[in-house]
Amino acid sequence: MRRPLTLKDHHHEQRIFSFRLLVSAILVTLLTVGLVGRMAWLQIFQHSRYTTLSDENRVQTQAVPPPRGLITDRNGEILAANRPDFTVEVIVEQIPDLQRTLREIHQLVPLESDDIERFNKRLQGPRRPWDPIPLRGRLSEEEIARITVNQHRLPGVRVAANPVRHYPHGKLFSHVLGYVNRLNTEDLDAMTLTEQGDYAGTHYYGRTGVERYYENRLHGQVGYRQVETNARGRILRVLEQKPPVPGENLRLTLDMDVQRAADEALGDRRGAVVAIDPRDGSVLAFVSRPVFDPNLFVNGISHQDYARYREDLDNPLFNRALQGRYPPGSTVKPFIGLAGLDAGVTDWQRTIFDPGYYQLEDNPHRYRDWKRWGHGHVDLNKAVVQSCDTYFYDLGFKLGIARMHDFLSDFSLGQPTGIDLFNESSGLLPSKEWKRAARGATWYHGDTINASIGQGFMLATPLQLATATAILAHHGKQVTPTLAADALRVPPRPDINLNKPANWQRMEDTMAEVVHGDRGTARVMAEGAPYRMGAKTGTSQVFSVGQEETYNEDELAERLLDHALIIAFAPVEEPAIAVAVLVENGRHGGSTAGPVARQVMDAWLLNDAGELAVPPPLNRTPQTQTAGTTAPGGTP
Amino acid sequence: MSVREYQRQMPLDGGLGTKLSSRLHLDAPLLAALLLLVLGGLSVLYSAGGGDLNLVVRQAIRLGAGFLILLVLAQIPPRSYRFWTPVIYGLGLVLLALVVLVGTEAKGATRWLTLPGIGRFQPAELMKLAVPAMVAWFFSERNLPPTKLDVLAALGLIFLPAIMIAVQPDLGTSILIAAAGLVVLFMAGLSWRLISLAVLVLVVAAPLMYFFVLHDYQRSRVDTFLNPEADPRGAGWNIIQSKTAIGSGGVTGKGWLDGTQSRLDFLPESSTDFILAVLGEEFGLIGFVLLISIYLVIVGRGFFISWQAQETFSRLLAAALTMTFFIYIFVNVGMVSGLLPVVGVPLPLVSYGGTSIVTLMASFGMLMSIHTHRRLMTY
Repeated sequence: MRRPLTLKDHHHEQRIFSFRLLVSAILVTLLTVGLVGRMAWLQIFQHSRYTTLSDENRVQTQAVPPPRGLITDRNGEILAANRPDFTVEVIVEQIPDLQRTLREIHQLVPLESDDIERFNKRLQGPRRPWDPIPLRGRLSEEEIARITVNQHRLPGVRVAANPVRHYPHGKLFSHVLGYVNRLNTEDLDAMTLTEQGDYAGTHYYGRTGVERYYENRLHGQVGYRQVETNARGRILRVLEQKPPVPGENLRLTLDMDVQRAADEALGDRRGAVVAIDPRDGSVLAFVSRPVFDPNLFVNGISHQDYARYREDLDNPLFNRALQGRYPPGSTVKPFIGLAGLDAGVTDWQRTIFDPGYYQLEDNPHRYRDWKRWGHGHVDLNKAVVQSCDTYFYDLGFKLGIARMHDFLSDFSLGQPTGIDLFNESSGLLPSKEWKRAARGATWYHGDTINASIGQGFMLATPLQLATATAILAHHGKQVTPTLAADALRVPPRPDINLNKPANWQRMEDTMAEVVHGDRGTARVMAEGAPYRMGAKTGTSQVFSVGQEETYNEDELAERLLDHALIIAFAPVEEPAIAVAVLVENGRHGGSTAGPVARQVMDAWLLNDAGELAVPPPLNRTPQTQTAGTTAPGGTP
Repeated sequence: MSVREYQRQMPLDGGLGTKLSSRLHLDAPLLAALLLLVLGGLSVLYSAGGGDLNLVVRQAIRLGAGFLILLVLAQIPPRSYRFWTPVIYGLGLVLLALVVLVGTEAKGATRWLTLPGIGRFQPAELMKLAVPAMVAWFFSERNLPPTKLDVLAALGLIFLPAIMIAVQPDLGTSILIAAAGLVVLFMAGLSWRLISLAVLVLVVAAPLMYFFVLHDYQRSRVDTFLNPEADPRGAGWNIIQSKTAIGSGGVTGKGWLDGTQSRLDFLPESSTDFILAVLGEEFGLIGFVLLISIYLVIVGRGFFISWQAQETFSRLLAAALTMTFFIYIFVNVGMVSGLLPVVGVPLPLVSYGGTSIVTLMASFGMLMSIHTHRRLMTY
């Protein structure tokens, strides 16, 4: 060791150093105490706070949506089901250059501007990081394959299978089943907090028809599952779960064969068919044409498809059976006749002379019969069978609008039938009070005369006509058309008791003559029928013809032609089906609507061999009316 | 526990350990504490790495190499260190200058020299040892306490390399190196008046530094430190997740391999700079107190060695190396627990990573050399 050049005071240096070492040791001790204190603060005093944070990090509560209930017809044929839809989804957090990835996906699976728009909306809205965002659904097998093959160069892109509502019979049931589509924020805003909780995780919401009306029963109850995820959102294990309660499967009263018969019989014509079993209120067929494809709506209909439906003059989105209001025309005559009989204004023997028109005593106006030269001497039977207008002008005038209104009300005209569908139209059963309130005008005799042949102000839906026919066919026993097979709805009115109950059968026999009589207006229907049926034809005027003008069908544009109507029931002895058919601009009730009604009744009453085999009614317990959902929803 | 006490515990026939350790110039208590620390550290690393045994093996190999370096450096007597110190310091300055001129750039900083055939090398790491050694050498030639001129010269020796490193930029290392040099100055008997003055200047200079000297990324680290919740998913993420890991560990911890924060990847850098959070989460406050106790044994032994050292150079160097070691611990724990801003300082001998292990093991080798090359003499 080298000797120091200067004299060093080793002792002094050692003392200074030792003191500094002591100071350092004290400093180290204090700082260590500080560190331990800090850790103790975090681990003892803040422990519960950080435990919560740590659990929030890793434990996620996920709502597990219940599978939506299936809908079947009365024989178990599936009308609405759930099937997997393959969707390409994107986890944005795993993608370095989103625009580039989207371009690459576009080359594999063509994206439309609608898809991009929806995607951007989801991307910018509130969402959890690492949650996959759906980009495009309805992938074909080939498209799935293209994505899968290129998976390795598309990190963060994946194909997922989600359950999607599917209507296997497509357009056949569109107006009665309605459809579901994506649950949106407006739907959620309209719900109570409990309901919102129940819809956590649910993607679809019943929008129209049965899907809407029985939303609560079909939806089921949400389940929960607590999962542990890592920082990248990957689920590592399930900690706890409560499975969802699946939605109820709903069996409807509809009969697939009857529905199909009605649909095919109408063909490409615009119109509606409603068939009801008067014994139990079952709705056997519920058709409105033209139709739309409910499957297009499920995942959000494209602008293009929607525009096509909206701009179609035939208005395929309009539910004619439920909401179409048409003048019932001559189909109302059996009911007016019964009203006249019950009020004692007429009887089966009374005749009038029909010169081809009806005239009030102090008025020159002539109310014309459809037969220019008149029917001659006419009694009630002939008036119904040949649909004599003049007889009913006279009868209606004598009956008066008040009695007419009250009697027809009991047949569900002018008020909702109470079917388990929302947004049912009430039709219109005019009265003096109604005219004063709605039009601010006084009631004229002419109004009564028009009403007595189902024209003028009077309007009814095909559903109302079918219901009225069912009540008539069941001798006044009230019937509420019901779609759900498990609940017969209690009718809103008491049964109709006629002063002479025999008049029911007499009127039914008269209506049978409309079909089976030589001069009946619906005699085309009778051909080859192995059972007896009753019917009443009608034409409802779209275009009012002036007093002295001649009515020339050829000159009228097709859309201004009269609507063809018929109401029918069968078998006459013990009716098991009541039908109302409307063919827009079909002109003649007997020849146009009649065969449609016949095919519908055949589908229900005949077996495969063409023999009469009336299916038994459903065994249902009457229930007070409880709607599936409390408030009626929007229309399409 | 002193050496003598330690020897008294040994069997009379001259325990193999005593003989072997003195012949190999190793300090048994320090070595034992280091081994304990390293073994504990490896078990935490196993958990922090998600059960990756390869990671543990690689770290064990590095540590083994570190112990080898320790063993080699312990054989070199302190006077050789003293003799070579100016040369190594000078070489270090040249290398730092070369870094500025031909250094390799990575992540926006130029810190490395690429040696053909050997690989990348960080001259700043060398200076962690060379700077305190140089200041100790400087004072060992002079009378203590130092004159103002000596202090000025010593500050020059400290801040010349510190500034060269700061401009790389590597402010963290620069501050740690300066701190190591300043510890020597303090140990040498720097007057309390000057110390107070320095503290005052620091307090005034800190905000000015913040606004005029720091880079944007450094400023944002300070901002994050002051308010991590401002950007919880971005800059604040590390510190929030780290505090969450520690806090949720509680007193007893969640258990080895059961820390959800690290195992589920919520905690970033869990095997390197933030490994303490893993320990805190899995072993709780008890685990931390055990760790800090081992560290204190090492630091205490270091102080004891410097107290027993027989001449100024050894004494100052031993004290400086020991204090530097503690500063690393303090800065890392402070940073992980949210007391200090996030700077890239690993937890000594526990964090995964190579360079710091080599430097630390070298410094413990020098400490052992100082202790085992004393001449037998009594006061």
